[in-house]
Amino acid sequence: MALGLEASLGDSVLTTKIDAVINWGREYSLWPFVFGTACCAIEFMSAAASQHDISRWGAEVVRFSPRQADLLLVAGTISYKQAPILKQIYEQMPEPKWVVAMGACASSGGIYDNYCTVQGIDTIIPVDVYISGCPSRPEAVLDALMKIQAQIRGESVLNDRHKDFKGILD
Amino acid sequence: MNTTALELIQAAFPEVSCTAAVDAVVLTVQAEQLETTLSRLKNDPELDFGLLLDVTAIDYLEYPVPQPTRFAVVYTLRNWKRNLLVQVRVPVTDPEVGIPSATSLWDSANWGERETYDQYGIHFSGHPDLRRILNHWQFQGHPLRKDYPIEKGQVCYETDSLENEIKARLELKGVDQAVMEDINTEIMFLNLGPSHPVTHGAIRILAALDGETILANVNEIGYLHRGFEKTAENRTYNQVVPLTDRLNYCSALMNNIAYAKAVESWLGIEITEKAKFMRVILAEFFRIQDHLVCLAANLVDMGGLTNYWYLYNEKEASYDLIARLTGARLTSSFTRIGGMYRDFYDGWEDDMEFHLEAIAKGVSDSLKLVQKNRIVHERTQNVCVLSPEAALSFGFTGPCLRASGVPFDLRKDNPYYFYDTFDFTIPLGSKGDIYDRMMVRYEEIFQSIRIIRQAMKRMPQGSVNVKNNRVTLPPKSEVYDNIEGLASHFKLVFEGVKVPTGEWYDSFEAANGELGFHFVSDGSGQPYKCKVRPPCFYIMGAFHEMVEGHMIADAVINLGSINIIGGELDR
Repeated sequence: MALGLEASLGDSVLTTKIDAVINWGREYSLWPFVFGTACCAIEFMSAAASQHDISRWGAEVVRFSPRQADLLLVAGTISYKQAPILKQIYEQMPEPKWVVAMGACASSGGIYDNYCTVQGIDTIIPVDVYISGCPSRPEAVLDALMKIQAQIRGESVLNDRHKDFKGILD
Repeated sequence: MNTTALELIQAAFPEVSCTAAVDAVVLTVQAEQLETTLSRLKNDPELDFGLLLDVTAIDYLEYPVPQPTRFAVVYTLRNWKRNLLVQVRVPVTDPEVGIPSATSLWDSANWGERETYDQYGIHFSGHPDLRRILNHWQFQGHPLRKDYPIEKGQVCYETDSLENEIKARLELKGVDQAVMEDINTEIMFLNLGPSHPVTHGAIRILAALDGETILANVNEIGYLHRGFEKTAENRTYNQVVPLTDRLNYCSALMNNIAYAKAVESWLGIEITEKAKFMRVILAEFFRIQDHLVCLAANLVDMGGLTNYWYLYNEKEASYDLIARLTGARLTSSFTRIGGMYRDFYDGWEDDMEFHLEAIAKGVSDSLKLVQKNRIVHERTQNVCVLSPEAALSFGFTGPCLRASGVPFDLRKDNPYYFYDTFDFTIPLGSKGDIYDRMMVRYEEIFQSIRIIRQAMKRMPQGSVNVKNNRVTLPPKSEVYDNIEGLASHFKLVFEGVKVPTGEWYDSFEAANGELGFHFVSDGSGQPYKCKVRPPCFYIMGAFHEMVEGHMIADAVINLGSINIIGGELDR
């Protein structure tokens, strides 16, 4: 996602250097929005508490306003009733933004293969990293965070992400 | 079975046939007699069934035993003073016409009947607000009917505005145009949730505000409705255990125990003494865990973050024991029908004692910060008060009911698993405000520690599973060495535990209150129907009563104090 001026510079040495600086900044200051609905949210509480301490990765500034967050962490089952809200929250987050589907339910519906559960949030919004587990352990949350950081390192301000995503609510 | 209860009810209703199922007396009445029967059960001082526990329906479409009608509605009532339980069954000839509503007798009937309407499509005439509660407003059909395919999902494109509901509520509270002009301001409508830090999950609280004061409030739940009951109908009895973990995920093992106890009560098997003591110890340990999370989160909402570290760190440390015992941190799936998954590991007593001491210290440290703290007092005392009468009418059970001063606890009033032999007390509140609800939980932690220590001293030797190849898996040596063992292993895994045909209700004192299971069995290895009576569903039904007239910030901590857990609320 281009910031402005540099878009007209094209793929030159200037933009690649800007990439390195910007990505370094983004990587270590992820502000998560915890979309916690169920059991996984309790495990996120553990990830944030002293023993696992998510602040070691610079992601402890949990924000409950989508306007102030750049990492959407979907922790828990998403029902069809919840789906429009999740989509709205995602759209309210400013670019750049990343999405983690935490646990089996968010990734695939999990054990709830039935009339009310969305079979994976990637049918609604684009997802960058999936975490397995029912619920996922706090270590897995930290692992996902590192995967997001690695992904950020490889991104460029010139490319828009997920521009042509189409979900069931679009 | 309570024979006096059966005699009492039969004497009171000589013209109705009464039967007994586990602890309950079952009365079958026709829709015309429903109102008189229910009001007599409630208002007759001899009967005094003040607590409407649950409302549900049964769809007999595929039931092997012929029934007079396809649908029947069941009201479950309790006389908490004398430990009497009654289920009133009403056959429904036409679901479109339905049956008369019980909302004029108990406030808890409001949400209970709404759920029955939503899931089964049965109308209740005279209900003030009959609309969907768990499924979204764009949903077509009724999912718990047997002819609704389980996999048929329906997309919701837009959230319900709740505009009519909040306006109706405002009118009911006497806020009309004249008042609005008088207060010289426009009423502000504020949504807390469905995605908001205070909702601890996904609940929508819509408040009409005058300044910061709540004039009217309506709530929407069902955002975490994930089809527990429909899914359970497609699993064997033991396969439902992992689903029960995810009801109240803060005290997962307690749900396992409540579920297994309910199934065993109808199977008529007596689990081993060792298993009973294990269940007592683990249930109380998880009651502590549940209260720790509730108090930690509630105090964070109030701005007391330090308490979160004192309380939550002890919960985190307890995961060492839980994970070593069950193999999982949060969702343990540790019970089986007929016993437990396995015995305690060697040296668990030392670990348990270590954690109990740490918890007692953490809780005492937190209490020092809270108990005499003026800010906490001013924020919580006399705020969001609920009288004992209102609490009973709304179907409260557990710590929230006891905070209102009603000494009802199933561990004392309908003891199971030797609870009558343990020395412990039931803490009671005097006011029914937020402070009482918090303090009751603090004290229950100490009482649970007492129970665990007593149970550890009396822990017997022996097996954790009953020896019954129709219920529990035979030992591996038998499975590998003889054909009978192999056959029963195979049948148990593939077909499940065969439960005799019938209907029954059994309940358990969980961390949030009475957790009940209403089963219908068709004799196969899968439940024909498995309805959960979730304690916090009915507590949430009284939320508007508690917060109206108070400030918006009080609603936030009140929600924390009643401990709403989405998995259990919406199932």
